[in-house]
Amino acid sequence: MQVALAHKPKMHSFLEWRDLKVVYKRYANLYFCCTIEGQDNELMTLELIHRYVELLDKSFGNVCELDIIFNFEKGYFILDEFLMGGDIKKSVLRATEQADLLQEEDESPCSVLEEMGLA
Amino acid sequence: MRLPHRDGGAGGTAVTSVENGAALRESSCHPSNGNTVTVRPSRYETVRWLVQRQSGGSIGERDGCSETPGAVSKSRAQLHSPLLAGRTGGLFWAEVVASPGKSKEAEIKRINKELANIRSKFKGDKALDGYSKKKYVCKLLFIFLLGHDIDFGHMEAVNLLSSNRYTEKQIGYLFISVLVNSNSELIRLINNAIKNDLASRNPTFMGLALHCIANVGSREMAEAFAGEIPKILVAGDTMDSAKQSAALCLLRLYRTSPHLVPTGDWASRVVHLLNDQHLGVVTAATSLITTLAQKNPEEFKTSVSLAVSRLSRIVTSASTDLQDYTYYFVPAPWLSVKLLRLLQCYPPPEDPAVRGRLTECLETILNKAQEPPKSKKVQHSNAKNAVLFEAISLIIHHDSEPNLLVRACNQLGQFLQHRETNLRYLALESMCALASSEFSHEAVKTHIETVIAALKTERDVSVRQRAVDLLYAMCDRSNAQQIVAEMLSYLETADYSIREEIVLKVAILAEKYAVDYTWYVDTILNLIRIAGDYVSEEVWYRVIQIVINRDDVQGYAAKTVFESLQAPACHENLVKVGGYILGEFGNLIAGDPRSSPLVQFNLLHSKFHLCSVPTRALLLSTYIKFVNLFPEVKPTIQDVLRSDSQLRNADAELQQRAVEYLRLSTVASTDILATVLEEMPPFPERESSILAKLKKKKGPGTVMGLEEGKRERGPDINGGPEPAPASATSTPSPSADLLGLGAVPPAPAGPPPSSGGLLVDVFSDSPSAVAPLAPGSEDNFARFVCKNNGVLFENQLLQIGLKSEFRQNLGRMFIFYGNKTSTQFLNFTPTLICSDDLQANLSLQTKPVDPTVDGGAQVQQVVNIECVSDFTEAPVLNIQFRYGGTFQNVSVKLPITLNKFFQPTEMASQDFFQRWKQLSSPQQEVQNIFKAKHPMDTEITKAKIIGFGSALLEEVDPNPANFVGAGIIHTRTTQIGCLLRLEPNLQAQMYRLTLRTSKETVSQRLCALLSEQF
Repeated sequence: MQVALAHKPKMHSFLEWRDLKVVYKRYANLYFCCTIEGQDNELMTLELIHRYVELLDKSFGNVCELDIIFNFEKGYFILDEFLMGGDIKKSVLRATEQADLLQEEDESPCSVLEEMGLA
Repeated sequence: MRLPHRDGGAGGTAVTSVENGAALRESSCHPSNGNTVTVRPSRYETVRWLVQRQSGGSIGERDGCSETPGAVSKSRAQLHSPLLAGRTGGLFWAEVVASPGKSKEAEIKRINKELANIRSKFKGDKALDGYSKKKYVCKLLFIFLLGHDIDFGHMEAVNLLSSNRYTEKQIGYLFISVLVNSNSELIRLINNAIKNDLASRNPTFMGLALHCIANVGSREMAEAFAGEIPKILVAGDTMDSAKQSAALCLLRLYRTSPHLVPTGDWASRVVHLLNDQHLGVVTAATSLITTLAQKNPEEFKTSVSLAVSRLSRIVTSASTDLQDYTYYFVPAPWLSVKLLRLLQCYPPPEDPAVRGRLTECLETILNKAQEPPKSKKVQHSNAKNAVLFEAISLIIHHDSEPNLLVRACNQLGQFLQHRETNLRYLALESMCALASSEFSHEAVKTHIETVIAALKTERDVSVRQRAVDLLYAMCDRSNAQQIVAEMLSYLETADYSIREEIVLKVAILAEKYAVDYTWYVDTILNLIRIAGDYVSEEVWYRVIQIVINRDDVQGYAAKTVFESLQAPACHENLVKVGGYILGEFGNLIAGDPRSSPLVQFNLLHSKFHLCSVPTRALLLSTYIKFVNLFPEVKPTIQDVLRSDSQLRNADAELQQRAVEYLRLSTVASTDILATVLEEMPPFPERESSILAKLKKKKGPGTVMGLEEGKRERGPDINGGPEPAPASATSTPSPSADLLGLGAVPPAPAGPPPSSGGLLVDVFSDSPSAVAPLAPGSEDNFARFVCKNNGVLFENQLLQIGLKSEFRQNLGRMFIFYGNKTSTQFLNFTPTLICSDDLQANLSLQTKPVDPTVDGGAQVQQVVNIECVSDFTEAPVLNIQFRYGGTFQNVSVKLPITLNKFFQPTEMASQDFFQRWKQLSSPQQEVQNIFKAKHPMDTEITKAKIIGFGSALLEEVDPNPANFVGAGIIHTRTTQIGCLLRLEPNLQAQMYRLTLRTSKETVSQRLCALLSEQF
């Protein structure tokens, strides 16, 4: 991790770590890291990270790290929809969104109720 | 991967992770290690880390994935998850995490308060509704992720699993996935809930259940569901999304507990999922099949043609055809990569139609790389190149289409100069693999200048490291000098972390491709000068081994180390090499007054006090060797040995050496001294210990493959025939000591000892069967014509060394049998076999040796030889023994040849020609014209003629390029005068050899023997 942080933007984004590789990408001041085996395709992993960030972005609307902190469970759900057992499940934005929507629909009435009850 | 915890992190940067590769899900254990049952620390550590940080900036805008660029900071209220809101409407979580100034104690206090609250809610009389339960379970999870232990709430989480609300179920499953424990009661309940969801036919519920199985992935999960999931996967009425989940879930279980996942009739149906309409299902199925096919290639063989046709449909589709699956104008990149990966589990397809179609696909992918990009976004080029790199991996894997290999190489060559560092890095890596293919090796070599430039200009150390790897891989005889020179110059500025590896690589290349061993010696000495600290023992041991084994380079080596030692500051390793080489071969340069014995000694001794104890010990041995070599410096050396700093040295080893050497130099006669301090015998030729070290450093996969690839192209590693069969050299020596003893070879294949095998053993033990000559025996035989000592034979078990001396018609040969294993040899019986003809002319006498040879031990056998009359054949040495239950039988030709009984005769030019004329009858002369097999080097040729036994007569032949020799062959009955003349023709690379002796058979035999040497 320290190595990744020390890397300058112009450097490449693959690190060898024991017999694995760490692929990382920086978005603003968040680093997304992903460990893969020697045989896996590095560039595709880079895009995997990008796709995940896109998904987060779609879901939260301009995602920032506080979104991920306070909605960590959503971050997980999206990740679970997207990847499973380390393999990509849905590369399609829309399909993942649908699952995401399902959650929102279910949730929103409740939270409104909660707020009303508290008010 | 371990993400930094609060104290270890770097300032100002937050980290989150996406996981890929089974490795992470198993808390950084290797996927094959199936017994880890644990939560996924990386997941929650990530959030733990995140929640410590407080900085607002929006992520995403940097790479253009958000519509409105620019940081949008959100108000705290907006950010708050309703689930995490405090009871009083106050912002509990904000209190806990959002105040950077707050102390750890305050945080713990606040959390304990909240935990108490939750506990009382769970214990309260009032039944909680689903929503509250979900809320509190979620809070517990968050507290756990903050780094606090949670010891309750599991039951509430399990209750949530049976809820019919999606979000309640989801939180329940998340809690289970993160905080699973092996409480058997709970596991039963969880499994029950999962079973219900799997049977529910509701695809979202099935999805959640499958995710939970996959996320936990434990043995227990595998036991409970491994039978169920394949059914879901192949059932006709399963929804597509559930099929995807089922395939990936099965893959996950297979990775953790392969033995628990039965392969059954579903295998063939899974293969047919490659034809599915839904690309998501195809992607998931491809991942599953790739992993399964690695273990059972036969069972999934039919997937090859399906994968090829699927791939071909994708690569030929227009970018809009696949709609949702098009990623930045690249059609289904993930699926393409996975299909290409799957194809790498198999050899090239046999069916010509399939093969043709695949070649077409690969060509299309290569062509697309040349097209202008459809988008300027880095995502587009990354996805496109990811497919390209995977296609190149497949091309390399097949290694059968020269055209594709060369095209791939050219494509990578373009990437070498690309402005994206990622691409340069990957191109260097792939090219390394291409270099070991015989079809593309030459093409890779054309990029040498670019790679060297990369070595000099790349800013990233790991990219430079790749460049070094590639240079190493592309090195062969034609470019070795250039590459080694570049690596040496890079070494001066190289990063400390990779210096040792570069040193090893340089040492290996220099040895492997040395045509001229003076170059080798220069290179290694340079290596020590530039990076002495990184030159490991193996490297300097090796240079000494090579110098000792090669007579032609000894004088040069002595001269060069002598010169190098003159530098005011030289590395200790140089002192070691210098000490050893001057001790052995200092006499070769002692004729020059500038390097007279005394000068040599003073030079070495000037370094003595700066050296460590082992080096000093080595130098003391050098001094005693000097006493033997140069009697004139004996008093000086004795004075040094006698000094208090030696005789009373605090170090026991140094003191002992000083005392013993001093005594030895005083009491021993010159003869004894000469015997004790005789020149070191040649080292057995064997795999370089440096190579073994590099392999150890790099792991067996990469370098081994490379070495084997190279061996096929350039078999000549040591510039001479290899004594050991290939199987022996490819066994990496586990120890890297100077002599290579103690190497434990793998047990040879053979019938295991059992009572049933007794009969076989009895038969196979019968000594009547003599094995055919070992491979390489003829070559080895030829090597001994001009020398008397060395290694005659070596395999994984046994090494045979020779030392012999001849005088007139008598000779004595010492045969050393070394047991290279750690196991005893039993019934060890060496036999000398002479044909009847030979027996009449050559008399051999020997005693039998001890029939047991202990592991690692050496036994010696003496053969007394008498030449009765001239002879042509050579005796055969047959060795039979038992090793670990198997019977071993080895035969080699013993190098006792007629020329061994040569006695050199010096004569003047006039005498020579007079005798030459006397031997002019046609029977007496034999002539042979032949092509040179070795480089035509004057000095080597002279050495060989002398080694052959005759005198080398200078200034006899009017043509100075020619060599003439004279000598007498002694037999018991007669003496035969021999004259020889060798005329080299450099242009034609030919030799003409003429022999005149008084006996026809002798002329023929000597001519045949000597012709083989040049």
